[in-house]
Amino acid sequence: MNALGVLVAQNIAFGVIAAIMVFAALRLVTTRNVVHAALYLVVVLGGVAALFLLMGAEFVGITQILVYIGAVVVLFLFGIMLTRTRIGDEENTDHPSRLPAVLAAALVATVTIFAVVSGFGDAELPSDTRTTTAEVADSIFSQYIIPFEAVSVLLLAALIGAIVIARRD
Amino acid sequence: MLLNQFLILSAVLFAIGVYGVLARRNGVLVLMSIELILNAVNINLVAFGSYVSSISGEVFALFVITVAAAEVGVGLAILLLLYRNRRSVDLSEADLMKG
Repeated sequence: MNALGVLVAQNIAFGVIAAIMVFAALRLVTTRNVVHAALYLVVVLGGVAALFLLMGAEFVGITQILVYIGAVVVLFLFGIMLTRTRIGDEENTDHPSRLPAVLAAALVATVTIFAVVSGFGDAELPSDTRTTTAEVADSIFSQYIIPFEAVSVLLLAALIGAIVIARRD
Repeated sequence: MLLNQFLILSAVLFAIGVYGVLARRNGVLVLMSIELILNAVNINLVAFGSYVSSISGEVFALFVITVAAAEVGVGLAILLLLYRNRRSVDLSEADLMKG
């Protein structure tokens, strides 16, 4: 396939993924069923992983699937079960007045979209943006070694903190 | 591919996440909306990283994923404690600090 064909295929893939993601995200914040919200979250997270792969970031895409869909969503489902939220539709998932939230979200969207459109008008991504896992590993274990160690301590602290907060005594 | 198509999609997801955080009363749903916001930021990081042909964007996205996982763990532990004390995860009922 020539370069133009690849570009067209990439743009079609992007359009399909983006449409699915926006639909799932809207359902995620409007559905009254908490378990359905978690499943819509899976769709959005999978779409983000697909976008990472589309941009050639293979390691981040795989990590997204492993960590988010594999672990975080399961954690959310445990949270739903343990807080004994009713599994079917619920009455009081939303505030009675949604107007302030709609206004705030519209403001955020307008300002950011205006900023990126005026700032990066028709900037093209490079045609080959692939990065290999080896490059990511080289970067993490040389340039970013101190943040990496800090993040591992943070994970330990979060682990201990979660146990201390949630244990029964 | 244009850089802007990723940035605009990310802005839309961010705004939907902001709506979710403000409009939801169930604590678990608020945490899910926060995940939406963090993912929008990750799309931006990776897009800018490939725009300037730098690996740093991806590394920062990995850090954000890690911190988000820690945040969900602690956040759900707090919600569990809230549920145990008040029998509800309705955030509008957690108003002890309201003047």
